[in-house]
Amino acid sequence: MSLFHDGLRAFAAGTAAACVLYSAIAAPMAPAETHLSIDNFVFKPDAITVRAGTTVVWENDDDIPHTVVALDGAFRSQALDTEDKFSFTFAQAGTFEYFCSLHPRMKGQVVVTP
Amino acid sequence: MTQEKDDGIDRRGALECMIWAGTGVLWTLVGGVPRSSSLLGISEANAQAASGFSFLQISDSHIGFKAPANPNPVATLDEAIGKISALPQKPAFMLHTGDITHLSKPEEFDNADQAIVKAKLDTFYVPGEHDIIDEGQGKAYLERYGKRAQGAGWHSFDHGGVHFVGLVNVANLKAGGMGTLGDEQLAWLADDLKGKSASTPIVLFAHIPLWTVSADWGWGTEDSAQALGLVKRFGSVTVLNGHIHQLMQKVEGTVTFHTARSTAFPQPAPGTAKSPGPLKVPDDQLRHVLGITSVAVKQGTQPLAITDSELAKT
Repeated sequence: MSLFHDGLRAFAAGTAAACVLYSAIAAPMAPAETHLSIDNFVFKPDAITVRAGTTVVWENDDDIPHTVVALDGAFRSQALDTEDKFSFTFAQAGTFEYFCSLHPRMKGQVVVTP
Repeated sequence: MTQEKDDGIDRRGALECMIWAGTGVLWTLVGGVPRSSSLLGISEANAQAASGFSFLQISDSHIGFKAPANPNPVATLDEAIGKISALPQKPAFMLHTGDITHLSKPEEFDNADQAIVKAKLDTFYVPGEHDIIDEGQGKAYLERYGKRAQGAGWHSFDHGGVHFVGLVNVANLKAGGMGTLGDEQLAWLADDLKGKSASTPIVLFAHIPLWTVSADWGWGTEDSAQALGLVKRFGSVTVLNGHIHQLMQKVEGTVTFHTARSTAFPQPAPGTAKSPGPLKVPDDQLRHVLGITSVAVKQGTQPLAITDSELAKT
């Protein structure tokens, strides 16, 4: 049992190290990406903070279509059916409020730091 | 006194209503048909016997929807149309209160049209939010159904002495809000109603309820009070909506509010679920929670007699 756990721990540690190494190498090539879900008529999470240059990806996990529309017009998705995705890369720092134009009670916020 | 003021019914308005109701009673006596004292409990048989005409309302057919709550909404729309075709008295026309399609795709509109045309009835539409999510944000809907409409699709017509107004409360919605009519449409409505006498029965139909069923779920219309203010002087106002996929009714003064069932899938009652998303019921229960609405207009009586029938009942 303890042997097994030790082995598992070592394996986990190795994997984590590999991940760190991989992301360190991969970082300059693959810009940061953050995934959000739309679930039960809620943007999850409804507020996030990312660094400039991050691509935010929304995926609709509801049975009903939703949209992702910036209040200032910076971005506007098509209607997203179940499992459809929309992404937007936030190049500039600032606070971006958005909502679902079909169900306007659904609101979210992306804070972009430099 | 304060309450009367709040209701906006002044002495003149009340007298006009009374005259109008009196006419109704007289007509009923001449017709020899028993008059129900209940505002909404008139049986279909009585309503039909005494009716000047009747019309149908269907709603929320959501053609293109594929999720487990109903993987085949074309089949249930077909069944609804079958029920309508089998009615012993042919309705004068049909209203569709929106969400014809699920995603505003051309083939979804085509499939809906192919089912609805079988009713062989003139059909008047208003869009739901699902009907204006094409790239042109409603262009596809207006090209198909908006030939006689203004703005985002609002329009009015008269039939048998009743004035019908189709309103659009699903366009240009504002973050954090519910449905919206907007200033342009409200100005048009004021103008549309201007010449009508207070004894003209008014039917308003729109997708999202024109009263607040649930603010949390967005089931209401931000500026509906302005629209209802414009119809306050009329003796009989019937408001027909869809959107919430369940029956809901309310009577307030001279205004009867009613929401129709969907022909596709049910939604939960407000506060009974985490979100207003589609409700999956056991397959053998589905046709008990879908349906159509029949409205009988009796000349001179109020209110209109509204009868809902489930798809499951023959």
